Amino acid sequence: MNTPNPNERLRKLSLKERYAHLTRGLDWQPTYQDKKKIFPFTDYEGIKIHDWDAFEDPFRLTMDSYWKYQAEKERKLYAVIDSFAQNNGQMNISDARYINALKIFITAVSPLEYAAHRGFAHVGRHFEGVGPRIACQFQAIDELRHAQTQIHTISHFNKFFDGLHDPLHMYNRVWYLSVPKSFFEDAITAGPFEFLTAVSFSFEYVLTSLLFVPFMSGAAYNGDMATVTFGFSAQSDESRHMTLGLEIIKFMLQQDEGNVPIVQKWIDKWFWRGYRLLSIIAMMMDYMLPKKIMSWKEAWEMYFEQGGGALFNDLSRYGIRLPKYHEVAKAEKDHYSHQAWSTFYQYSHASAFHTWTPSEEEMTWFAEKYPASFNQLYRPRYDYWAKAEADGKRFYNNGLPQLCQVCQIPTFFTEPTDPTRISTRTKIYNGERFYFCSDGCHDIFEDEPEKYLQSWLPVHQILQGNCGGTTVPEVLDWYHLNQGADNFDYLGSPDEALWENWQSARKRVIAS
Amino acid sequence: MTSNVSITLQNTDDGRGIVAAIIADNPEAVVSTYPAMTKIDCPSRLIMNKTSIEQQLGREFDLHELNLTMVSISGNVDEDDDRLLLMWNV
Repeated sequence: MNTPNPNERLRKLSLKERYAHLTRGLDWQPTYQDKKKIFPFTDYEGIKIHDWDAFEDPFRLTMDSYWKYQAEKERKLYAVIDSFAQNNGQMNISDARYINALKIFITAVSPLEYAAHRGFAHVGRHFEGVGPRIACQFQAIDELRHAQTQIHTISHFNKFFDGLHDPLHMYNRVWYLSVPKSFFEDAITAGPFEFLTAVSFSFEYVLTSLLFVPFMSGAAYNGDMATVTFGFSAQSDESRHMTLGLEIIKFMLQQDEGNVPIVQKWIDKWFWRGYRLLSIIAMMMDYMLPKKIMSWKEAWEMYFEQGGGALFNDLSRYGIRLPKYHEVAKAEKDHYSHQAWSTFYQYSHASAFHTWTPSEEEMTWFAEKYPASFNQLYRPRYDYWAKAEADGKRFYNNGLPQLCQVCQIPTFFTEPTDPTRISTRTKIYNGERFYFCSDGCHDIFEDEPEKYLQSWLPVHQILQGNCGGTTVPEVLDWYHLNQGADNFDYLGSPDEALWENWQSARKRVIAS
Repeated sequence: MTSNVSITLQNTDDGRGIVAAIIADNPEAVVSTYPAMTKIDCPSRLIMNKTSIEQQLGREFDLHELNLTMVSISGNVDEDDDRLLLMWNV
């Protein structure tokens, strides 16, 4: 007799079975609607998918686990944020210069998290396969969480420090913030497969470890318990996002041989775009962490040359090679952070964060980390500027820079073969001349000129009178930049005055 | 050429136990400690066993809990009920 024993519990399904139930067979085939009308975006990029069910999330994450562990992450994070605020954690950071990295973070990175939320919500609707759709939907929720937790964390610093008060407004207007904004808008206006190659693969898998891993470890080292906590909380989702990036690439490559050249072209493009965006991170790591862990160069070697090398070695069996111009990035690693910081130093009057010339101790560290370039090229520059500053002639660059039509960064990078010559490329298209910072950006334009000739370039827009007026103060008002507080050097800023006040209060307590 | 797979974990109480379990199960693992995090590299393949982690933590451990501690990974992932594998296939 096979009477079920009421006391015997049903066998728990295995992880593989649970994931299969979530992602297989719940969908239906439409009968009275054309499938192409339901999923209008999956064909036009030329990617061919024969079997959507071949995609599998290798973590096999199911809804119940997702909500359970995300809730746990939130509880842990908010406990730390509360504790940090309650215990005046802002007073225990290494130095108030560090806060300037957070100003860049909240204006340049957090709005990207929100843009990523929108992008993944879109592709999470438009993929035909349930596996990738669910992975994208999880990620859409993650990205919204990242934007929120970053705003919540950094809002505490906004009570004390300048430049943190209007990040989303600034993101849409401030000249250097058009770099991250244009990066993401380029990705989000592409098709769903290019979007995933851009964001999930090139950005998340190949590049963001450089932002969220060594920089966050640096935040911890500089006493910012709140930021390291949101950083690692976000990064724990990122491990899943990176995996989605790698899996979707392998999925496209396995599904049809014709997909290989399309995917390679996207990898080339989005490696270069992401790498250019990271110039700001290079500068944050080398110049804006008062206590330093590793240099940009070391991080690039660890995460791209070694980590990325292993990844592309693995992908070579599908016919994928390292991204075009990776050797240029290698040549630039000795210069990247120094060229970025010295550009911002010259435009400190027009930026929503403070700059400074590096201390002697920092320059010694740079010389050790960058033996091939720092003392030869960059120390003389800082010595010159420091002397000018001491003589009351602090150097500001009052010209408006030539921006690259693609990455929108001022064309300040040098030739990969000659660090004393500025690299510029031009191209005439429909009778108009366009300028680029590099062969990488030039090639991206050449492939889709009709997309990039529409770029909203801040300098052009200022000159056309679309940014609040014709003078720098008018433009800065239009940015909502609080002039005299947010901009100029750290020395002499209200941030410095506040910090020194806290430090002297502490010394008085110790002395008494 | 042998490529390293890699995992980075937070320096938390759970994180320390997981690192100890990984070291016990992967003799070739190389551990680097940084502020707030630990990076582990291993040639070609790295395994994280549920039972080893449970032994270290002294409690039941669902591998999906790694979500709370993991900072970054490098390598192809395969997870089931008993173990999480990171590997390069070449």
